[in-house]
This record gives sequence, structure tokens and C-alpha cells, in this order.
Amino acid sequence: MSSTVATRYPEVWRKRTPRESAIQWAWMVAVAVAAVWSVSALDIEWAFFLDAHEQAADLIDRMWPPSWSYLPVILEPLVETIHIATLGTAVALVLSVPIAFLAARNTAANGFTWAVGRAILVGSRSVNTIIWGLLFVAIFGPGPLAGILAVAARSVGFLAKLVAEAIEEADRGPIEAIEATGASTLQVYLVGVLPQVMPVLIGTTVYRWDINVRESSVLGFVGAGGIGLYLYASINQFAWQQVLVVLSAILLIVIASEAVSAWIRGRIS
Amino acid sequence: MSAVAAPTRWRPPPFFGTRTRQNLVWALAIGYLVWSVATLHIDTKRALAGFGRALDLFARMIPPDFMRWELLVKGMVESLQMAIASTLVGVVLSVPLGIAAARNLSPKPVYVAARGLIVAGRTFHEVIIAIFFVKLFGFGPVAGLLTLAFASMIFLGKMLAEDIENIREGPVEAIRATGASFGQVFVYGVLPQVLSRQTGTTIYRLDANVRHSTVVGIVGAGGIGHTLSASFSRYDYDFAAAILLSIAALVALGEWFSDWVRRRMR
Amino acid sequence: MATAAAPAAAGAGPLLAIEGLSKVYPGGTRALDGVTFRVERPEVVAIIGSSGAGKSTLIRCINRLVEPTSGSVRLSGLDLVSLSPRELRAARRRIGMIFQEFNLVDRLTVMENILSGRLGAVGFLAAWLRRYPPRDVANAFAILDRVGLAGRHDSRADALSGGQRQRVGIGRALMQEPELLLVDEPTASLDPKTARQIMRLIRTLAEERATPALVNIHDVGLAQSFADRIIGLQGGRVVFDGAASGLTPEVLTTIYGDEDWSRTIRKDEDEEPEA
Repeated sequence: MSSTVATRYPEVWRKRTPRESAIQWAWMVAVAVAAVWSVSALDIEWAFFLDAHEQAADLIDRMWPPSWSYLPVILEPLVETIHIATLGTAVALVLSVPIAFLAARNTAANGFTWAVGRAILVGSRSVNTIIWGLLFVAIFGPGPLAGILAVAARSVGFLAKLVAEAIEEADRGPIEAIEATGASTLQVYLVGVLPQVMPVLIGTTVYRWDINVRESSVLGFVGAGGIGLYLYASINQFAWQQVLVVLSAILLIVIASEAVSAWIRGRIS
Repeated sequence: MSAVAAPTRWRPPPFFGTRTRQNLVWALAIGYLVWSVATLHIDTKRALAGFGRALDLFARMIPPDFMRWELLVKGMVESLQMAIASTLVGVVLSVPLGIAAARNLSPKPVYVAARGLIVAGRTFHEVIIAIFFVKLFGFGPVAGLLTLAFASMIFLGKMLAEDIENIREGPVEAIRATGASFGQVFVYGVLPQVLSRQTGTTIYRLDANVRHSTVVGIVGAGGIGHTLSASFSRYDYDFAAAILLSIAALVALGEWFSDWVRRRMR
Repeated sequence: MATAAAPAAAGAGPLLAIEGLSKVYPGGTRALDGVTFRVERPEVVAIIGSSGAGKSTLIRCINRLVEPTSGSVRLSGLDLVSLSPRELRAARRRIGMIFQEFNLVDRLTVMENILSGRLGAVGFLAAWLRRYPPRDVANAFAILDRVGLAGRHDSRADALSGGQRQRVGIGRALMQEPELLLVDEPTASLDPKTARQIMRLIRTLAEERATPALVNIHDVGLAQSFADRIIGLQGGRVVFDGAASGLTPEVLTTIYGDEDWSRTIRKDEDEEPEA
């Protein structure tokens, strides 16, 4: 019986056709090559790995116990960190609305303004918050102002991109109806479009705010205000017990802001 | 038509429920604004001087100086290598983490430990993690590689765990019913359900790693970031402009690549 | 309250005169082909025709939500086709429009939707702050009452039923105190009973305010019940233009093609008293 089965049906079964296999292999080779190239050229000193675990254990040992007396010192910069995130996000919110209207295909006045809007989006998003921080520190000097502007500069593109997408997906019907009443273009945007994208605008802003609290925690490394400066200083002074206090504080505000943000977004939808 | 005179005043209903609550929210918002701006110690004089400085700065940035392109290319390549290598390492490490952090696959204590690691790891900015790796492994790209690998592991592990928790139980049960081992159940029942999404997430993470690889250098963890912050501190603004443009180009390219691959996968 | 902006006296020429109106879409589809007709007095004109006959394009070419390719549209003598964008906005204020999908801004309240009919008369800032002139507010309340939505002014538009939403849509158009009403398939998204109520409301309001109304409608029965005059479109051309009573099976065959029409045509009477 088995012999008849064997003669009537193939005994070989492959999940993929040869062509699919070839593509699969090509991808794997590409990934392997990328892996080898990226790791080999990095000039890794493998000796460091040998005692890394001892170093880590040593570091943790030196962090304990945390010196809680440092807490009052960092209270103000901690609040400043949240201020930087909040004010930066607020500035970004105000700026992002007009930019989103510029950069959305269906509301851009013409090809040129659309290109300008898109360029702002790409420029804002391609530069990291901390690099914006470097730039604004060079311009406005060290301090929280540079931090606020850095947060705003990075967030504008983020917000405007998502809002522009929402504008492009807005329901045509109400927009047409408002146009038919003889409203001006700006009024059509205000009454016909803006209410439709409001949930996206608020939701992304709150979401971005919580990302920004995290970003603001390191802006101090480049002198742009907030808790980062104190973290950096403590590390450079090998004051590991203070470092642990700062890290705990950062952990607290980041988790708290995430919870607040999730709560607000949950209430919106 | 009713003869009652229609009111001539109308205000939209308050956004926050009642009028009082609406006013309270406004008062809080304004109060916050005043409080935050007042306590921020913004040096107004220095800030105002900034507008003049900004013009000066841009004047010195133009034209961007690409003369030291060898230094520039070296930093950019290093950033890119860090991004690729860390993504690969992160993917590998994320699998055990993801399984450990999936409620439906792992025993409770393992699950709690893995979730704890994810929460702690996500909280800290890449740059903070980078400082620690620099302390452990010295200056250079290794610290950056490990930073981004760690961050990728956490991110991908979290996404994987959530995907695994959301899979359909039926196929898993069916495979388990055939008498398959844990590994076989994973490969046949779980993996096919999460693989394509996870691949997409990985590509997205590669894009994120390209972005981050350009900044971890600021604390000495290799890549172009170090070159950039050095050029800023030397007031070498035309070179800084060249670096900024290159970073923006690389990041935009990374985003485009990531979008392209993910579109093709659908 | 009905201050219907003294129609015929306003300008030289008939209320609405359409001549040789054509529309060719970029793809090459000829949606309208030399449509010509006039509306000389306040009457309800139903435009019927199969899907794709050009009904929706015709109505949208009048207030130029769709740009006509050629021809002219005159509103009390004013050629709408040649207007600049600014002049067009001014002209649109004189034309109210009611839509199939109601096209309300869902997240705004009923009042905000009704008042949006006055956007053309207020500035940007007033629109933003929702500060409309007292006269407009009073008028809006009166209209709400008239369309049967008294007391619902602070409901959000998306909290209403289909029929109520269309009433808001009608209110928004009335708010403009229009010289002409354009009505695009007002009942296609409604159940039969609500559809009749809405058609009756449009008809009564048009009469009350002596405002001519152009109504695109799918339902031949409804068209006969509520229109004074019927225009039949077929392939972008006017193939019938006459009194509602003149709708015979032969006419319907020219408009829609062969079918047994005897059961579709209404025998008059049938009107229940106002609900």
C-alpha cells in the first residue's frame, strides 16, 4: 500500500519554490554581510568584555547606598526638566498647526508652500533633540531656554507630520459643505478641517510630551538645562551614590509622565 | 413658529464639562505658565543677544565646510555600523526577552523580572545608558554599539511580548496537542503569527538606531556625534554645518529605507 | 423671520439661468453636455436620472464646487462661472446647499453647525471665538425651532439620528438666507418615512421663503410628490423638462431605459397631513 502512495505522490515537499528560496537566501546573505561589515570595522577591543561583569558589579557596589541627602539639591532641576518638556511641547503645538496645513497635500496653497512645509517637517525630524540642543546652546547660551527651543524644534516636525496626515485623511464632505456657504479658505480650515483633526492633534501632543520628558532628562549633557547636568556632573565626579539618586528621580518622573499621558489619551478616545 | 423671542446670546458648551471647571483649567494653565517661566532662570539679556548671535552663527555656517570629509565620512560610517550591528544584536537578544515577558508563555516570576527590565530599560534615554557603557568599556564605538543593542533589545522584546500575548490561542493549542515540545510549539504555533510584524518592527528600530547613533557620541560612545560636539565646542561652525547636513541626510535616508522595506513587505 | 432676500427684484434676468453647461472630467468622462434650463419663479425643481447621469455634477457646477468646462450659470443675472475666487465666495453666500451625507462637522455642536452658514458674513476671529452677531444667534435659534430641533443646540452633531442630522444640514443652508437652494440627494441616506418628512420640510420651507430649490433625487415617487417641476437627465443631457404631472412611462423610459414603470408613478392624493 505504501508503495502505491509513493509512486502516485511525490516524496519530496518544499515549503518554498526555488525562486522564493533564492530570494530568502539573498536576504540572509545581505544581512550576514551587513553584520560582518558592521562589527568587523568597528575595531572592537574584546579584552574589555572579559572584566566587564566585574566592572559592572563594582559600579553597582559603589552606588549603594544611595545618598538621599542629594535629593533636595536636584529637586529644582527635576522640576525644570518637566518645565522644559511642557513648554517645549506647547511651543511645538502652536507652531505645528500652521505647518501641518502647509504640508498637507489638500490644504497647501500651492506646490511651493507644500514643498516649504515638507522641508520644515524633514528638517525638524532629521535632527535629534539633543543636537538641536547643541545648536540652541551655541545661539542662546546654556540654560533652559535652549532646552525648550530644542524640544520645540524636534517636536514641531513630529506633530505636524501626524496632523498633516490626519488633514489629508479628513472627510471631504463637511469641508465641501463649509466651502459651499461661501466661507473664506481660513474659515474652511478652522471650521471644516480643524475639528476633524483635533483628536489626533491632542493625542499626539500628549504622547510627544511624555517622550519629551525623557528627552529633557539628557538635554543637560549639552548645557540645555534640566536634570542631565547634575547626572553628568555626578558621574564625572565618580559620585556614584548621587548618581543612583538622580537615576531614581529620572525613573520616577518618566514613569509618572508616561502614566499621565496614557491616562489622558485613554480619556480622549 | 413659536412666538417666544429667541435668545440672542449663545456660548459653546464648555469643553471640560462645566463652566467653572473650564475656567479652572484655564486658570491652572495660565498659572503653570507664569510659574514655570518665572522659575526657569532664563537669562533674558543673554537670550535677546541670541537673535544677533543666531545671524552671526548662520553666517559662519555658510558655506558648510566639507574639506575635512575624511573625518566626516569616518564618523558617519561608524554611526551606520553601530546602528546596523546593534540592531542585529538587539534582535537576537530580544527573542528570549520577548518570550520571557509574554504572560501566556512564561512562568510568573520570569514574566515579572522580564517586565521589570523592560520598564527600567525604556525609561532611560539612550544617552544615559551610553554613559554607563562608556564607563564600563571605555570611549569608542563599542559603548555605542552596546547601548543601542541594549535599547533595541528592550524595545523589540516589548513589542514581541505584546505580539505573543495577542496571538490566537487555537493554533498553539493544536500544535501542542500533537505532542510537540516547547521549542516546536514556538516555531510552528507562535513564530508564524508574529514573524512578519516583528520584521517590520525591526526595520523600524534600525531607522531609530540610525537616529540615535548620531547622538551617543556626545558622551563619547562613538560615531559622528563626538565629531559634531567637538566642532561646536571649537566654534568650528562651518564644519558643524557640514556634519548637521550629513546627519539629516543619513536620517532621512534611513527613514525612507525603513518605509520602503515595510511597504514592500505588505 | 422669513426675510427671503427679495428674489426677482435683486437683479436683471431670471432667478437662475443655465446655458450650455458642460463638464468634462480630467479622465475624459463627459458628465454634462450642454445643459440648458431656467428657473423663473420660486418653485421646487427635481432633477432625476440614473446614477452617473450627471445630477450631482450639475448641482455642484452651479456653486462651482466642481468647475464647469464651458457654459454659463446666471444667478439673477450674475454669471457665476466667470467670478474670481473672492467674488465666488460672495456669490456662494447667496446659495444654500444640502447634502446626501449631511456633511456636518461631527465634532462640533448643532449650534456651531447651524451658525457655520453665516461664516461668509463674519470674520476669521469671530468664527474662531464663536462670537456671532446677536441677530444671527437669534435667527439660528428660530431656525432650530423651525426644523424641529428646539433645545438640541448644544448636542454634538454626531449624537443625532440621520433625520435630525439632515435637519441640521437644512438649518445651516437656511441660515444663509439663500436666494437658491441646491439639494443633493437629501434622502438617500434616510429610511422611507424620514425621507418623506425631510422632503416635506424642504418643500414647505422653500414655499415659506419663496426660495427656488433644485433637488437631485433618486426616488421618482418622492420627486413627483414634492416637486412642481421635473428635469430628467440622461448621459449629461436634459431629456425631459416639465411639470411633475407630465411624468409618463414613456418619459421615464427615455430617462432611465426600459422597465415596467406603471407601479412607480404616483396617482396624486396620498399626502397625509403635516406630521
